[in-house]
Amino acid sequence: MADTPVEYIKHHLQNLTYGKLDAGYERFDGSVMSESGWTFARTAQEAADMGFMAIHVDTLGWSIAMGVLFLGLFRFVAKRVTTGVPGGLQNLVEVTVEFIENLVKDGFHARNPLIAPLALTIFVWILLMNVLKLIPVDYIPTIAHAMGLEYFKIVPTTDPNATFGMSIGVFLLIIFYSLKIKGVTGFAKELGMQPFNHWALIPVNLVLEILVLIVKPISLALRLFGNMYAGEVVFILIALLPLWAQWTLNVPWAIFHILVIPLQAFIFTMLTIVYLAAAHEDH
Amino acid sequence: MNINLTLIGQSIAFAIFVWFCVKYVWPPITAAMEARQKKIADGLSAADRASLDLELAQEKAAQQMQQAKEEAAVLIDQANKRAAQIVEASKDDARKEGEKLIEQARAEIQQERVQARDALRTEVALLAIAGAEKILETSVDAKAHSEMLDKLAAQL
Repeated sequence: MADTPVEYIKHHLQNLTYGKLDAGYERFDGSVMSESGWTFARTAQEAADMGFMAIHVDTLGWSIAMGVLFLGLFRFVAKRVTTGVPGGLQNLVEVTVEFIENLVKDGFHARNPLIAPLALTIFVWILLMNVLKLIPVDYIPTIAHAMGLEYFKIVPTTDPNATFGMSIGVFLLIIFYSLKIKGVTGFAKELGMQPFNHWALIPVNLVLEILVLIVKPISLALRLFGNMYAGEVVFILIALLPLWAQWTLNVPWAIFHILVIPLQAFIFTMLTIVYLAAAHEDH
Repeated sequence: MNINLTLIGQSIAFAIFVWFCVKYVWPPITAAMEARQKKIADGLSAADRASLDLELAQEKAAQQMQQAKEEAAVLIDQANKRAAQIVEASKDDARKEGEKLIEQARAEIQQERVQARDALRTEVALLAIAGAEKILETSVDAKAHSEMLDKLAAQL
């Protein structure tokens, strides 16, 4: 594993990366790749050298597991749903659904049957991914190490790939609905004739509006990633303290994260609804 | 911290999850919730209707009660009147009967009085003749004095 605090921290912040190394690449142990091929990165340097042609197995695995858990649970309830007196699990699911339904009703006034389930997926999925953070930082990596995996980071939302993956999905929906509702000319007009409604200022407007548009997914992804990553770093730092001192900081920080975890899921969901509502507004 | 294919994988997973949620999770749950809402609303309105019905029924019952009471009062009144009439009529009859009896008795008394007077008169006439014979020491020709005797009897 790791010896010095810096190595320990770096180790915990490294994803399990499965990627392509080119022929002739010198591995961590001095061996040289005879031909290009896919393999697990054994060091952070190797992971970085894999470039774009790599996947974070832990991020994808845990996020898909959480997504499947969410959909499995909700599908289980949906199949057994009763209009009579609901049981405990159905109650929980219904409270969540109702919460999202109200959010969408308040923030989104156009008619679109996609928005509410989209918001529900985002909210519960991010919530579940964030909740993984409350598992002590060493548990899963230690088990993974025993299984021969060098790195293992279980919280997908501390990986910008995961948060950007979702925010890019939302961004594509914003573009799609802007074009669908306003038409190409309407969307172009919105980008070109705002905020200064004068033909001479169209270039300025374009720069401003395109910037505003692009900032949306970036802010969505970075806000979630930044909060989760920073929280994770603090958890790792606390884990470096002597055993007797850890709980004095770990417990308050974990309790604080009980607030942060749903809050970040809520903010991502809320902003998605707001952005898509703006995309549906025809001026 | 490296941006790589995970990004695309995550986007694909996201899209699939959203699709699944839109298709298989959201509709049945919201449909059930709406159905329950409707059921509850129906139940509430039914309860409202029932309480309204109850109120109406109570009102109707009270009305009927009142009507029955009024009818009963009328009946009692009629019966009282009828009884009074009967009593009055029988009193009348009794009085008439009594008067008739009294009348009859009076008539009989009158008749008897007349008879007694006649008898007395005849007797007094005879007695007077007898007295007169004693006084005169002769018999009185009844025929000759019958006119006078009749006058006398009539005066008595």
